[in-house]
Amino acid sequence: MAGTTIPASRGRFRGSTALRDNLAGWLFVAPVVIILGLFMLLPILMALWVSLTDWNGQGSPFRSGVPFVGTGNYTRLFTEDGLARQDFMTSIRNNIYYVAIVVPAQTVLALGLAVIVNSRMLKGKTFFRAAFFFPSVTSSVAISVVFLFIFANSGAVTSLLGVFGIDGPDWFSDSRGTLHLLLGAVGLVDPSAPPAALTGGGPFGLSWWEWLSGPSVAMTTIIMLVVWTTSGTFMLMFLAALQDIPVTLEEASMLDGAGRWQRFRYVTLPMLKPTLFLVLTLGLISTWQVFDQIYVMSQGNPSKTTLTPAFLSYQTAFRSFEYGSGTAISFVLFSIIVVMTLVQRWVMRERDGGSRRRRPAHASGRASARTGRS
Amino acid sequence: MATVKSAGKGPGGGSAAARSLVSVFTGYCILIFFALVFLYPFVIQIGNSLKTEPDAAANPLSPFPDPFSTGGYEKAFLNTDLPLWLGNSLLVTVIVTLGRVLLDSMAGYALARLRFRGRRALFSAIIAVMAVPGVVLFIPKFLVLNQLGLYDSYTALILPVIVDAAGVFIMKQFFESIPVSVEEAARIDGAGVFRTFWSVVLPMARPALITLTIISFQGTWNEFPHTLVAVQSPELFTLPRGLADLVTGSLGKGTQYPLKLGAALMATIPVAVIFVVFQRYFVRGANEGADKG
Repeated sequence: MAGTTIPASRGRFRGSTALRDNLAGWLFVAPVVIILGLFMLLPILMALWVSLTDWNGQGSPFRSGVPFVGTGNYTRLFTEDGLARQDFMTSIRNNIYYVAIVVPAQTVLALGLAVIVNSRMLKGKTFFRAAFFFPSVTSSVAISVVFLFIFANSGAVTSLLGVFGIDGPDWFSDSRGTLHLLLGAVGLVDPSAPPAALTGGGPFGLSWWEWLSGPSVAMTTIIMLVVWTTSGTFMLMFLAALQDIPVTLEEASMLDGAGRWQRFRYVTLPMLKPTLFLVLTLGLISTWQVFDQIYVMSQGNPSKTTLTPAFLSYQTAFRSFEYGSGTAISFVLFSIIVVMTLVQRWVMRERDGGSRRRRPAHASGRASARTGRS
Repeated sequence: MATVKSAGKGPGGGSAAARSLVSVFTGYCILIFFALVFLYPFVIQIGNSLKTEPDAAANPLSPFPDPFSTGGYEKAFLNTDLPLWLGNSLLVTVIVTLGRVLLDSMAGYALARLRFRGRRALFSAIIAVMAVPGVVLFIPKFLVLNQLGLYDSYTALILPVIVDAAGVFIMKQFFESIPVSVEEAARIDGAGVFRTFWSVVLPMARPALITLTIISFQGTWNEFPHTLVAVQSPELFTLPRGLADLVTGSLGKGTQYPLKLGAALMATIPVAVIFVVFQRYFVRGANEGADKG
């Protein structure tokens, strides 16, 4: 081992390592690259083509005989008055109400449960955490079967409501919009004879009255099911974030005399902001994809009030054999979700930039300033 | 801590103790209420699956069967294809899980450690793939399977899901967190890349491998929409597909709730057992899912 030979042999070693790493690297990633390419990238390109055709499922979509319709499948969803647009806009309306209720509900429930489970005064943390999380690991199909039973006409929820003297609705066959029912209950409008101003017209082929329906009673059962299954996962995320909050910070604010609500509002909540945004945006992305529960529980019924774009695209392609139209719906849904994802990325970047470093000092400063005054 | 508090508060200490007792009590009440909300549906499911049909219809809320009956299970196992669905689900889940654990960790290792050309671009591509919502791939996946002549086969159930981008991501993160010195020693001793990976790196990666195994098993066992676009023959149905067919399709004559709830329980039990045994890995999986966002 003379000193002069070491650099030379090292150099050769490094050169061969580079070659070996290149070869080995690509061999190691090859299965993943091939399968993701074949079943993620290629399908998207194929589907882009199919969405420009009227392929009916017979033979290959790339034969010369398949009618090419250009952007017809897309414009039909937005500008042409007809059943396709009406169904699509109905599904968009249903999903908007679904998102508007599920996302806040699951976030608040998850946060509340996490804060209580995390409380140092209470024991049995592991058990409660497991109990709340368990529904989210089980099969969505199996759980939907259970909820079909629970909300059945003679089911558990109806009998439970009966105990309190409430006559529950026929959950899955009730297509009445809850906002319509609410407006009727406060006496603003009569749902059986809505004002002509609202039924006369509206954007995208649905009347204002139809846009303002709210989720149907049937949809609320699916909303309850989904909030029930997803809250557990988000609770875990909040719990992990809560456990990262330094104990000293809470104790300091406690000694400062901050009440429980003040502590939550001015110490805990600012520390949870990144997680809160993450949970909200993950929620926004996933709620636009609701499918399994719709398939098992309602198939879009009653009166299309549980139809969602995801289910509609499946139905259009595989039940009506209008693959072009179904694929076009998928791509519109894709762009909705991409927009949600970009919003998420953008918001998270804002959060990560300035506030992470200065937040703890800032938060405790605010807490003590506040409590100093009181 | 209690002494610090009462010392600080002085005369108010007594009422503070009473207040905290009240808040402990309220806290438990809320926790127990929600534990019931989250777990009672499963109790109802088990109870009613062991009832007769009229009993399930008349007393859906009660967890106690009266009379006790295994009729639902007998019908589920003898009159439906439940045994076949269970077999298919087990086969697909085991193969996909093994495949994911091996292929995802190989790719994760390469991305973390091997300096090959195009590594960064590939990693960005995998991140992009993770962001593609599964729901918009239904029809596209069917198109590819159809074009390749794989539609309606076991290959169609298994091959498209045998790798997943999120698993690659989890493994890459893990490999980056362990020290590189042991591998370097092995490689200087002349072990090849694969030897090093297989006998030095993988044994060190046990916790990550268990997490990946568990989330792959759970995800594949529960997978439903992929089976809708991959197969149509009843002989190829997995349990979730069979269940969905049982509830929505021609088989769903009458209500037959004990049967349906019992069959659904068969889908829940394996995941429940794994959940109870490996709970902390589930928790880790959920939080690693959060980190990728």
